[in-house]
Amino acid sequence: MNMVLQIDGLRKAYGPVVVLDGIALSMAQGESLALTGESGSGKSTLMHLAAALDTPDAGTIRLFGVEISGLDDGARAKLRRDQIGLVFQQFNLIPSLSVRQNIAFQARLGGRHDPARDAMLTERLGLSALLTRYPEELSGGQQQRVAIARALAHAPKLILADEPTGNLDEATGDAVLDLLLELVGETGAALMMVTHSTRLAARLGRRLHLSRGRLARPDGG
Amino acid sequence: MIGTALLTLGSHWRRHPGQLAMLVLGLALATALWSGVQAINTQARAAYAQAAATLGQDRLDRLQRHDGRPVPLADYIALRRAGYAVSPVISGELRADAARIRLLGIDPLTAPPEANIPGLQDDGLDLTEFFAAPGVLIMSAETAGAPLPPNMPPIRIRDGLPPGAALTDIGTAARLLGQTDPSYLLVAPNQPAYLPPLATATNLLRLAPEHRADPAQLTDSFHLNLTAFGLLAFAVGLFIVHAAIGLAFEQRRATIRTLRALGLPLRSLLIAFGLELAALGLVSGVAGLILGYAIAAALMPGVAGTLRGLYGADLPGTLSFDPAWAGAALAMTLAGTTIAAAQAIGRTARLPILATARPEAWGQASARLMRQQAVLALLLLATASGLGLWGDTLIAGFAAVACLFLGAALLLPATLAGLLRWLQGRAQNPLAEWLLADTRQQLPGLSLALMALLLALSANIGVSTMVGSFRATFVGWLDQRLVAELYVTVPTPDDGTRLHEFLHDRTDAILPVVWVDTTLAGRPGALYGQADHETFRAHWPLIAAQADAWNRLAAGEGVLINEQLARFADLSVGALVPIGPVLRLPILGIYSDYGNPQAQAIVTLDRFSALHPDIIPTRFALRIAPDKAADLASQLRDEFGLPADAVINQSQIKRFSLGVFEQTFRITGALNLLTLGVAGFALLTGLLTLADMRLAQLAPVWALGQTRARLAAMELGRSVILGALTFALALPVGLALAWMLLAVINVQAFGWRLPLHVFPADVLRLLGLALLAAAVAAAAPAWRLARISPNRLLKVFAHET
Repeated sequence: MNMVLQIDGLRKAYGPVVVLDGIALSMAQGESLALTGESGSGKSTLMHLAAALDTPDAGTIRLFGVEISGLDDGARAKLRRDQIGLVFQQFNLIPSLSVRQNIAFQARLGGRHDPARDAMLTERLGLSALLTRYPEELSGGQQQRVAIARALAHAPKLILADEPTGNLDEATGDAVLDLLLELVGETGAALMMVTHSTRLAARLGRRLHLSRGRLARPDGG
Repeated sequence: MIGTALLTLGSHWRRHPGQLAMLVLGLALATALWSGVQAINTQARAAYAQAAATLGQDRLDRLQRHDGRPVPLADYIALRRAGYAVSPVISGELRADAARIRLLGIDPLTAPPEANIPGLQDDGLDLTEFFAAPGVLIMSAETAGAPLPPNMPPIRIRDGLPPGAALTDIGTAARLLGQTDPSYLLVAPNQPAYLPPLATATNLLRLAPEHRADPAQLTDSFHLNLTAFGLLAFAVGLFIVHAAIGLAFEQRRATIRTLRALGLPLRSLLIAFGLELAALGLVSGVAGLILGYAIAAALMPGVAGTLRGLYGADLPGTLSFDPAWAGAALAMTLAGTTIAAAQAIGRTARLPILATARPEAWGQASARLMRQQAVLALLLLATASGLGLWGDTLIAGFAAVACLFLGAALLLPATLAGLLRWLQGRAQNPLAEWLLADTRQQLPGLSLALMALLLALSANIGVSTMVGSFRATFVGWLDQRLVAELYVTVPTPDDGTRLHEFLHDRTDAILPVVWVDTTLAGRPGALYGQADHETFRAHWPLIAAQADAWNRLAAGEGVLINEQLARFADLSVGALVPIGPVLRLPILGIYSDYGNPQAQAIVTLDRFSALHPDIIPTRFALRIAPDKAADLASQLRDEFGLPADAVINQSQIKRFSLGVFEQTFRITGALNLLTLGVAGFALLTGLLTLADMRLAQLAPVWALGQTRARLAAMELGRSVILGALTFALALPVGLALAWMLLAVINVQAFGWRLPLHVFPADVLRLLGLALLAAAVAAAAPAWRLARISPNRLLKVFAHET
């Protein structure tokens, strides 16, 4: 099985506060993983490290077989640009670009823009009528659907989603997650999702629980 | 309670010392340039007033000859014997190398009390010493400290005398200047009632103070120019202050809300705000005053040189401290602080207690506001055009410039937004597209700084175009007017006759130069006699003339007048110009006469001789092969025992004239650069202000696969793009300003109009400076971004660790 992400002995501290300690996990292509845990348990930090946004103090992270700790800033940026799709709780769309431009942005950055894929995604995510609007003109649910389209437009091998439904009401959150899971399933990408919700976590293939910087089984044992 | 509020508000500055420094520096810079210019103006005006008051020149009429030559002693004696209260004055300048002094020789026994002679009311002065040989010179300490010609009588220091001048007995002045006849007679305001009016008793010209050349009037435009620059720099500085206070308000919004929620009344909060601003204003104002004083002291010698060279106005070369100036500058700083903080104070007053503490991009102008600004801008630009085209006063000229500047500044955000939108539509690269879109979104926060940059660039383009046009025209004009290779002045008319004989077979032409001071169209001026010669026919810079002007002039049928006279007296070719009390001649042509504040007219030599047979030429323009000029000059000095400055070759005069010219605009150049520097600082303030707020926009782009270094480079590029676009808009504004300066303000202030020349090399140099200023302003924020810790960017995404 092709391993997308392999983490071993991961440690990260901010000053005296140890956020992650001895984390080890791996994800295969097509696999979906929910990362749960209380506030401050280190979920987002783990995700940022997996996305090559931050560097660990110790341990190794292999993305698509490449150890990323030793990569320079440019190589890490290229990895994110080409191979990873990111979805954030606050959506983090680019406010100065229209919906159409936001969706195509990362794919165009990586030279992998496929207008047909954009059209498919906008159609599936119900964004066709919103393409000329700007983020500030959209509801939270609409913004998150744009963020998902952006994350999938360049056909990444790994999707990292940090509380993608955290800012949405339950019904909208469910609808957004349905679409995310459906589309990720179709592309064969791996999905790691950070969430507080055990209900949503249960819908993913595997669940890991973080507590005080260490991985535990879902029941907390 | 107010103390607690002050401490709480003040804690913000402890945590943001850089912001505090920026605020203080912005205010200090604004105050410095403004107060520096005001210090120069105050000093100059005081010097003019002192000079004007000497010998009651600002109150007493004078009697003088129409031709400006000394009044015959017999005329003076005849008036005194008839019982008229007149008093003689011998006035003249003594020079030796760099040393120079203006002597005013008076007769204290006949001087009217209104003459208010300084130094003589002083009991400490020995009048015997004043009257008896070798006499004494009374002068200010500053004049005594400057280089003086050799062999001067003893010096007595007294206050109240203008710089560069000395008061002495008329006998002493007569001896030192080699002149026995009075230069003019002072007329006491109250003449004996039994006598007929003075006008019936003498042919001398009676000039009231308002009809004499007054340095204060002559130099008004120069000082107005300085004041305008000072005000511009002050306004640009206020942009910086506005940015810093606006940012502080946004960052303290949560604190303010909490203070209100905890029970601090709005009134107390506003008082605390006011006290904080007053303290900041005072500290910055004092710093600005010190800086301004240093700037003024550095510029003062140049200004004094300029005013002496251009207008003959004497100014001290050093600066004295005036408490009124300091008080006015501090008041201006406090007023400026209040204006710059008005928006933040208004927002504080309106801030609902329960409003969310979400920080907003300060100055976020809505599209509607931008449209309203654009409409207002167009109205102002239309007003500027109207005033420029049809206004016919100096005030209208300056109002046109003000409307042009304000209109252009207000139009800037909308125009930049349109340009960026247009560029964005043509961008192929996603990052370029994002950069342009993001820049457009940033405009409201940066527009004030960019307006400041626009104003500074426009002023630079306008003033440098004016100076360049002036220089090009002036050099061309010098070439036309100074055609003769040598100019010779001999001491006496007899020497003039001898000179003619000597030069007979040594030159191609001997052209006498004769003139007489007289009234032209009722105002003081000079009438010149000029030989009919190809030298003048081919080169004289006529700007309007009848077809056969030179032939008619040679036939004695009319007169040529200078542009100043034509404009001041509203005369055109064909009209009759009154010369002196009785003569009226038709105008055959009008010529340009730059740098001369006086009216001037030219008739033929024959006509001049007929009008003034007593005036024998002592000055001559000589035509000779240029390579023989130096030899002939030496021969003339040897043969006639002439001093070096009595034989001048053309290149010397040109060099001197250009020297005066360069000196005149050196100050303008310095102020130009300072204003651009302040504008660059305003841009830096704006970018630093936005830098923290922009992380939320930059972090996603970083996360989507861009390095921090690349983003930093793009931030630098953004600033350069904005600088370039602002420059593109400043170019037409600057050229419009140059046109207004040359065609409107110059005409009203000096009486002559200059053609507009554009100098592409100067424009490109300024473009380079603008881009450099934009890049330097963006360098610090970009450097910070390039080195920012990923954790700070991650905080944008992270809601838990």
